[in-house]
Amino acid sequence: MKITRAEVEHVAKLARLALQESELDALTGQMDAILDYVEKLKELDTDGIVPTSHAVPMENAFREDAVKDSIGVDKALSNAPESGDGCFRVPRVIE
Amino acid sequence: MGSSKYEVVIGLEVHVQLTTQTKIFCGCSTRFGSAPNSQTCPVCLGLPGALPVLNRKVVEYAIRTGLATHCAIAPRSVFARKNYFYPDLPKGYQISQFELPICEHGHLEIETEDGGPKTIGITRIHMEEDAGKLLHGEGPEAGSSSFVDLNRACTPLLEIVSEPDMRSSDEAIAYLKKLHQIVMYLGVCDGNLEEGSFRCDANVSIRPWGQKEFGTRAELKNINSFRFIKQAIDYEVERQADILDDGGKVVQETRLFDSVTGMTRSMRGKEEAHDYRYFPDPDLVPLVVSPEWVEQVRQELPELPEAKVARFIREFGIPRYDAEVLSADRAMAEYYDATVARHGNGKLCANWVMGEVQRRLNEDGVAISDSPVTPELLAALLGRIDDNTISGKIAKTVFEEMWRSGDAPDKIIEEKGLKQVTDTGAIEQIIDEVIAANLDQVEEYRGGKDKVFGFFVGQVMKASKGKANPAAVNEMLKKKLQG
Ligand SMILES: [Zn+2]
Repeated sequence: MKITRAEVEHVAKLARLALQESELDALTGQMDAILDYVEKLKELDTDGIVPTSHAVPMENAFREDAVKDSIGVDKALSNAPESGDGCFRVPRVIE
Repeated sequence: MGSSKYEVVIGLEVHVQLTTQTKIFCGCSTRFGSAPNSQTCPVCLGLPGALPVLNRKVVEYAIRTGLATHCAIAPRSVFARKNYFYPDLPKGYQISQFELPICEHGHLEIETEDGGPKTIGITRIHMEEDAGKLLHGEGPEAGSSSFVDLNRACTPLLEIVSEPDMRSSDEAIAYLKKLHQIVMYLGVCDGNLEEGSFRCDANVSIRPWGQKEFGTRAELKNINSFRFIKQAIDYEVERQADILDDGGKVVQETRLFDSVTGMTRSMRGKEEAHDYRYFPDPDLVPLVVSPEWVEQVRQELPELPEAKVARFIREFGIPRYDAEVLSADRAMAEYYDATVARHGNGKLCANWVMGEVQRRLNEDGVAISDSPVTPELLAALLGRIDDNTISGKIAKTVFEEMWRSGDAPDKIIEEKGLKQVTDTGAIEQIIDEVIAANLDQVEEYRGGKDKVFGFFVGQVMKASKGKANPAAVNEMLKKKLQG
């Protein structure tokens, strides 16, 4: 086993997914199979190869520090499920 | 006091908000205090498909800060996603740096309580974006809602992480003040603690003296004044000591400082998922900083506080104390520098800048850069003391008038008739009048009561409305009184 049920539960919690017991079992099996498959990559000899973080060999994309117009409050909030007082409204967060 | 049995270990993480005009990955303004969500765009709102592009100035400021804190600047660094859910974080991740930060292995020198220097290591400095702001309203709906303002989202920050090198809250404060001074000198941060431009998290642990391993630490979050940081650390040390004294164990956790009670309390919830699953952000290409770029930034570094203090002592011959007061703030140091450049007497200029100028600035709550008395005008005024046009005392009156009107000293001296009387005839006449009117005191003086001399000087100065040259008055008065 590459992954345990407890690990799947943990990852689900981090992703804010509420999984049923049955789903947990199924997903543990599926994720295990996926990791098994990825494991195949280990068969390749990668000695001396720098880890790739980006698919395109490019560096240093900059912009200058010049202000551009923002899109405005109305537009910014236009996709918000709920808003009020010019803000996005969310369930109260206790601090 | 259970805490004296333990050694205190403190490491600090400081978030410095950069003074760029725009955000780190988009062109929205970073101005403070605008209407909520008025400074947002698809990038900082985290809308699908929007692509972040790095603000070059942020990199420059990071290099600047790294060089000023003796860090190595990484030739190649990478941005990473730090994943967690919170309503103030629209993308569900914060763009930060993880494995390859831009600066590493730096240090700062602080002065400890016993006056000795101590080196505090800087582990790393990395660039990242800030989150938005959560508002918990008070209206009728406040009970069930929080409100999100994303103006601050994507604002550029430097996170400066120290080694756990500090051994008391005083050392922590000394380090923070030093760092605060440096970022303000560099012009990369406005240093405003209240508005959150300079925020501090403190990692605090204790261990029995002699123990090698660190104790379990608590992280104290976002405390917005130097005084509160000290209070929070001191409280936390006592709390942990009590736990260990009772045979308990300190739990690793995040704690919030409550400035009203002066206590720290556990902050759960956000911390449960302390599992950020960092990975390189595919939206941002690697950052490569050439040696030429580093060198260029190094050339443009301003003179830093330590160097300024040393130069003021060396070149202007002022005491270390004066040099440190004058260098505490870059604008003040530049004001002093400019005044001495025009007048030449380092000590006299120091006295005036630290005295009259500072006093008036404080009274009116004015920044030194906005002082109505510029270095040029102050130097001109001091020049009039040198050439005996006015006395040091009258100079204060003239200064006061300069502050009010912004006029040049010569104009004020002329218009108010404050020119010092050096004409011996005129002074002699006043002295004769004063002596004639105070014959009893003349008797006393001649009878050996030296103190009365001061009385005569006072009378003469008063009669001349402060304009008589004090040295001339002293000399002549002595002669006359001796009869
Ligand atoms: Zn934006």
